[in-house]
Amino acid sequence: MTITRSAEWKPLSRTLMKMRFTEIAVVGVVAAATAGPAAWSAGDPGAAVAAVAAVVVCCGAAWWFVHNRFRAWGYLERDEDLEVRRGVMVQRLSVVPYGRMQFVEITAGPVERLFGLATVRLHTAAAASDARIPGLDPQEASRLRDRLAALGEAKAAGL
Amino acid sequence: MIAGGSPAVGWKRLHPLSPVVRLGRGLLPVLVLVGLSSVQGHHSPSSQYVIWIALVVFGVVFGVVHWLVTRWAFDGTTLRIETGLLRRDSQQLPVARIQAVDLVQPFAARVLGLAELRIRVAGAKAAHHLSYLSEPEASDLRARLLAVHHGLDQSVPEPDERPVAVIPTGRLLGSVLLSASTLGALVFVALLAVLSSVSTAAAAAVAGSLLVYLIGIGQGIWRRFNEQYQFTVALAPDGIRVRRGLLSTVSETIPIRRVQAVRQIEPLLWRLFGWCRLEVDLAGMPGHGRSGGGGRVTKALLPVGPHQSAAVLRQVVIGSIEPPLSEPPRQARLKAPLSYHFLAAGHDGVMAVAVTGRVQRVTCWVPLEKAQSVRRVQGPVQRALHLATVHVDVAGRRVGAKFRDRAVDEADRLVQELALLSRGARRRVSVEDTLAGVRSASGSPDGLTPVAGPPVTAPGWFADPAGHHQARYFDGRDWTEHVADDGVTSVDRR
Repeated sequence: MTITRSAEWKPLSRTLMKMRFTEIAVVGVVAAATAGPAAWSAGDPGAAVAAVAAVVVCCGAAWWFVHNRFRAWGYLERDEDLEVRRGVMVQRLSVVPYGRMQFVEITAGPVERLFGLATVRLHTAAAASDARIPGLDPQEASRLRDRLAALGEAKAAGL
Repeated sequence: MIAGGSPAVGWKRLHPLSPVVRLGRGLLPVLVLVGLSSVQGHHSPSSQYVIWIALVVFGVVFGVVHWLVTRWAFDGTTLRIETGLLRRDSQQLPVARIQAVDLVQPFAARVLGLAELRIRVAGAKAAHHLSYLSEPEASDLRARLLAVHHGLDQSVPEPDERPVAVIPTGRLLGSVLLSASTLGALVFVALLAVLSSVSTAAAAAVAGSLLVYLIGIGQGIWRRFNEQYQFTVALAPDGIRVRRGLLSTVSETIPIRRVQAVRQIEPLLWRLFGWCRLEVDLAGMPGHGRSGGGGRVTKALLPVGPHQSAAVLRQVVIGSIEPPLSEPPRQARLKAPLSYHFLAAGHDGVMAVAVTGRVQRVTCWVPLEKAQSVRRVQGPVQRALHLATVHVDVAGRRVGAKFRDRAVDEADRLVQELALLSRGARRRVSVEDTLAGVRSASGSPDGLTPVAGPPVTAPGWFADPAGHHQARYFDGRDWTEHVADDGVTSVDRR
């Protein structure tokens, strides 16, 4: 069975990496700034060094995790359906036909807005359909939303 | 009253006895409470009775006022219900958007010959009630609503139905008693017996909690028995009619077109008798809110019965297509040691079937045109074993066919194939809908006439064009030799 591929897998915006890096860095600095002096005031310089080192290691692990997660995430717009893949440990691939879309949602939290990013989420009547694309440039998000909405209308099917 | 309504509308009131039934239902727990507290006798009785009497008087007044301000009218296209004293609530239910009309009779209403009409409208969050009407009036209104809904004159009587199955009381009782909770109770009692032979004090301590547990189980058994007593399934042109209930009776119609998936469940002990339960998932209202996913209604088509009855009913709902099943590869035994013996799945052009379960076997049929999305999920253990699970999701929460633990290359192929097939199935059905719309608009009688040429009509059971049998199977292109009469299939080569 041949599938016509109208496009290639698209990655998420690299700005999302910057955002995640900033988030980890801020949390790490705050954690180090509290744990270090606390251990120091307990009177043990060795413990302070160990605490800061632990924070650094945790941040490194988080960065590695986020980085892999970012690389695993992608979406593919095909003629009839949208494919979204994600996940490192548990890998998921969702195929959502445009005709089954009930609505498309764009959300942008405060941090996302700061970095000029948005999340597009596709809703079908099934709660399990899991098509979420985070970290899109606003232009790309609007383009995707308009395209999905237009295709959804053209190919809509009843329940 | 609101002015400006058309003068032709004949407003009617609910039955004068409806406050009595409403009050009776509300009063029962109050009476139980009164009885309990007077037995305990902690408080001074006089002040308490004043409170209770005040509550009852309030209830009576409220009920009578509610009855006085509620009225309904049906003008042939719209059912109107007006209620509310302070905040007037006027509901207009266009018949075209009605999804289901259920007749419900709580015990008190049944004694007085009353019935409640429950009307579900597309897009509404809750059902609308007309409680209570006299029994003949309720069934008459229901027949009129359904007739108009199907585009007929409201004087056309309700179409005849064909009874398919009645659950014998003995079998229902047996099935309810053979549940896991009863087994648990037996184990508990046995443990208690052993314990009491060792130490009486310890047994006495455990007996208290056992009593509570047993009461809970008894309630559950009673509820299921009460709800499913005299469960009767009948086929009618507008859907599957179900009547059930011991103290309060329910009569409902399940619209076949809204069925999203069919599930057959076989608990461990039932398998000894070859029994199973058949459930259908109906699409609720389309998804509202951010959580997404429409509401889901699960209804039993057959609370307990032999496989043949289940197969007949399944055939009516989704056709008799049986895609060939295949088992997952052997290494899946490591991933799912407890359920490997059940795991199987398969699909063809119109249907996906998956068998799962550990102790009870659950078989799920999903018509591909109902598929909302297809997913492939692979966890770390599955990756190590080169396995993956493919889900076919249908409307609702976590429902659908699960192709568990298939080989990776098969799963990859399945995802694309199922997506493609469900697209084809969807298209076929929408073409069929259009044709049906054209046909009904041009006023031709019901019963689908197949279109020659390409397979544009979905396979299924339709009225036999030859007229020898009640139904004949149409395979999407041609009429087949498979026919059905009163739910029994046979072969007739024309």
